[in-house]
Amino acid sequence: MNAPAYNFAYLDEQTKRMIRRAILKAVAIPGYQVPFASREMPMPYGWGTGGVQVTAAILGPDDVLKVIDQGSDDTTNAISIRKFFAKTAGVATTTATTEATVIQTRHRIPEAPLHAGQVLVYQVPIPEPLRFLEPRETETRRMHALAEYGLIHVKLYEDIARFGHIATSYAYPVKVNARYVMDPSPTPKFDNPKMGNCPALQLFGAGREKRIYAIPPHTTVVSLDFEDHPFTPYRFDAPCALCGAGDAYLDEIVTDDNGSRMFVCSDTDYCESRQAAGHRGSESAAPHKERAHG
Amino acid sequence: MSVMIEMTGAEKTFTMHLQGGVRLPVVRGVTFQVKAGECVVLSGPSGAGKSSILKMIFGNYRCDGGRIGIRHEGAMIDLANAEPRDILSVRRATIGYVSQFLRAIPRVPTIDVVAEPLIVTGTSRADARQRAGHLLRRLNIPERLWTLPPSTFSGGEQQRVNIARGFISDHPVLLLDEPTASLDAANREVVVDLIDEKKCAGVAIVAIVHDDEIRRWIADRVVDVTAFAAAA
Amino acid sequence: MADVQRETQCDQPLLVAEGLSKSYGRLAACRDVSFTLYPGEVLAIVGESGSGKTTLLQMLSAQLASSAGHVSYRMRDGVLRDLNSLGEAERRFLFRTDWGYVHQDPAQGLRMAVSAGANVGERLMAVGWSHYGRIRDAASSWLERVEIDTARIDDAPRTYSGGMRQRLQIARNLVTEPRLVFMDEPTGGLDVSVQARLLDLMRNLVSELGLAAIVVTHDLAVARLLSHRVMVMKGGEVIETGLTDQVLDDPHEPYTQLLVSSILPP
Repeated sequence: MNAPAYNFAYLDEQTKRMIRRAILKAVAIPGYQVPFASREMPMPYGWGTGGVQVTAAILGPDDVLKVIDQGSDDTTNAISIRKFFAKTAGVATTTATTEATVIQTRHRIPEAPLHAGQVLVYQVPIPEPLRFLEPRETETRRMHALAEYGLIHVKLYEDIARFGHIATSYAYPVKVNARYVMDPSPTPKFDNPKMGNCPALQLFGAGREKRIYAIPPHTTVVSLDFEDHPFTPYRFDAPCALCGAGDAYLDEIVTDDNGSRMFVCSDTDYCESRQAAGHRGSESAAPHKERAHG
Repeated sequence: MSVMIEMTGAEKTFTMHLQGGVRLPVVRGVTFQVKAGECVVLSGPSGAGKSSILKMIFGNYRCDGGRIGIRHEGAMIDLANAEPRDILSVRRATIGYVSQFLRAIPRVPTIDVVAEPLIVTGTSRADARQRAGHLLRRLNIPERLWTLPPSTFSGGEQQRVNIARGFISDHPVLLLDEPTASLDAANREVVVDLIDEKKCAGVAIVAIVHDDEIRRWIADRVVDVTAFAAAA
Repeated sequence: MADVQRETQCDQPLLVAEGLSKSYGRLAACRDVSFTLYPGEVLAIVGESGSGKTTLLQMLSAQLASSAGHVSYRMRDGVLRDLNSLGEAERRFLFRTDWGYVHQDPAQGLRMAVSAGANVGERLMAVGWSHYGRIRDAASSWLERVEIDTARIDDAPRTYSGGMRQRLQIARNLVTEPRLVFMDEPTGGLDVSVQARLLDLMRNLVSELGLAAIVVTHDLAVARLLSHRVMVMKGGEVIETGLTDQVLDDPHEPYTQLLVSSILPP
C-alpha cells in the first residue's frame, strides 16, 4: 500500500497563504506580534510548532534547510524536524550555516554571520515580553499600542535592586526599530547583538500562543538597559576546548563523575568548521569528517 | 480714614430641620460701618447675636439677606454673595479672626499653629516661627510649651495661643470674640496693648467684650446689637 | 515670564464639571453635578454609601463615561480641554503624570509583588527616566517624605502594614508632581491612629506642593481637616455646597444638619 502523499511542506496552500499574510504584516511592523490561526501540527505544543509553521509557509523546492536546537544539528528535535521537512517537502538539508537558505532554530543564533537571502526562523514559547509582569492580554496589547513600556524597565530595575545587575541572561527584551519592545525568544543575551542590522530576515513563530513577529533585514535592535547599567554581552573566561574559538557561546559539558567539565561551542557547525580549518582547542580529539545528511 | 467694613441690612435665621423645622431668627437689618484704625465693640446680652455677626463677617456663617461689604485689595467686595474662592482669598489677605475658643488642627505644635497664617502667605517657616515665638513670649506662653500641641493647655493658655495666631499677620481687619475672657489681669493688659498697636497700625477691629473696663480701654464706638434683634 | 504664567494659571480654573450625570437604565446614580476647582484647592465630596460620590469621582477622573455633561481640565500648556476630546493615549498619559489617584485599598493602586522603589520609580520610568541611580534616589527621597523607612525601599508592599501601603501609594502618585489628586476614602479601613498620621501627612503635602485635590469621604472629620470646600451628596445629587467650615458650622439642608449632628463631639 502506498504511503499517503503530503502537500508540499505538510500544510495546505490556504493555510500557507494565511501564514504568509501574517508574516507580511509582521515584516511591515517590525517587532509587533501578529496573531495567526495556528494549526494542529504532528507534534505537541512546546516542541516548535510555531517555527515549523513559519518554515512550512516559506519553504520552496529550491531551498536548503538547516535545523538547530540550542546550536546543535544533532539533537533529537533538530533531527526530527529536519526529517519532517525532508519527507514532506523533499528539500535539500544541510548542517552548514553558510549553505542554508532557511535556518530554523530553537534558542540560539548561529555564530557564522548570516548573509542576505537567508531567513532565520525562531521557535518562541511566550512571545509577550511583558507577560510575567502584566498577566492581562488586554492590558499588554494596550501597552504596546500606546508604547507604554515603563513596566519593562520596572523588571530591569528590580533585577538591579535585587542582584546588583540586570540578571536577565536569556530572552533579554529588545526595542525593535525604535518602536516595539520584543522578546527575542529564549536565546542567550550573548546573541542579542547579532539581531541588529542583520542582513538576513528574522521570523519568530509561537504556535501555542498563536503569534508571529519579524525583524526585517538591517533593522535597529537595541537591548533595553539603564544609562548607568548599560547592556553588556556575556563574556566567557576561556575559549572553546575543541576549536579554541574565543568569540562563541559555549556549552558546559560534564566529562566524568569527579566533576570535571569542559566548555565547548554550542554551535556544532561552527565548531566543526573551525576544526576542519585546522583550529585546535586544549581538549580537541583527532580531526573528524563531517557526516553527510540526506 | 477709609471704611473697611460696611454691613447693610444683613440678616440671619437658623432653620432647625431636625427639630421639626423650627426657625430661629437671630438678627435682622444689621447696619454699621467700621473704619481703618477704629475699634467697634458689639454689646448686648448673651444670645443676642454678637458672635453670629462676627461669624457672618468672617464668612463662617452664611448670610440670608443684605450686604456685608469688606475692603479687600483696594475694592469693596460683598461677602454675603461672594464665591467660596473669594471668601478664602479675603480670609488669607484681609480678615483675621480670633474665635472664642481655640480650634486648632490636632497634633500640630503650638509654634506652628501660630506661624501658620504667615506661612500660607509666603513667609519662610523660619521667619514665621521667629515672629510666632516673639508673640508667644509677649503673651507669657513659656518656650517649653511651644513644641506641644495646644490641646492639653489650660483654657487661658489656649486663648492666648488663639490670640497670637490671630494677631501675627498684618490683616487690615480683625475680628475678636471675647479675647480676654479666660485671662488674668497681667495677660489682659498685654492683649489691650496688642489691640492698641493694631489700631495705631490702621487695622479695623470689631470686638466682643463683656468686661466693662476692657471695653473702656479699647472701644472707639459701641454698637448695641439689640437694635438688630429679629422678631421671633 | 514663567512667574507671570504661574500667577495667571492660579487664577484660572483647573477642573470644570458641567451638568455631569450618570444613569444606569432608570437608576440615576449621579444627577447634574457642576463645579469649578482652582489650583491648590481641596474639595471634599461627602455623602453616605449610595450617594453617588464614587461614581462622580470616576467620571471626573475619566475612568467612567458620563451619560450627560462635560469635564474639562486645564493641561500644563494652559489650554482647557474637554476630557472626552482626549485620545486614549493622552488620557492615560495624563493619568500617569499630571494626575494622581489614591484608592481606598492600597493594593489596587500598587504593584504588590514589586519593590517599593520600583513602585515609586515606575511613573518616572514611564516618562523616560533611564538612569537607575537617579530613579532610585528620587524613590528614596519620596519614601522619606511619606515617612517610610528608606531601608525598606527594596521590600515589596506585600510586607508592609496597611498604613505604610497607603503612604507608599501616595508617594507613587506624587512622584511626577501632579497638579490634581483624586482620593477615594483614603483613610478608610485604617486604625484611628494610623488615620490621624496619614491625614497629617496628606495635609502637609497638599499645602507644601500646592496640590488641588478631590477627596471622596463619608467622614466629616476628614473633610474638615483636609478640605477648603465641601459638596454634600445624597441620592446622586449635590444638596449643599460651600466652604467646609460654612457647611459644617452652619448647615442649611436637613440632610446636612443630620450628618453634622451625627458626629460625636470630642
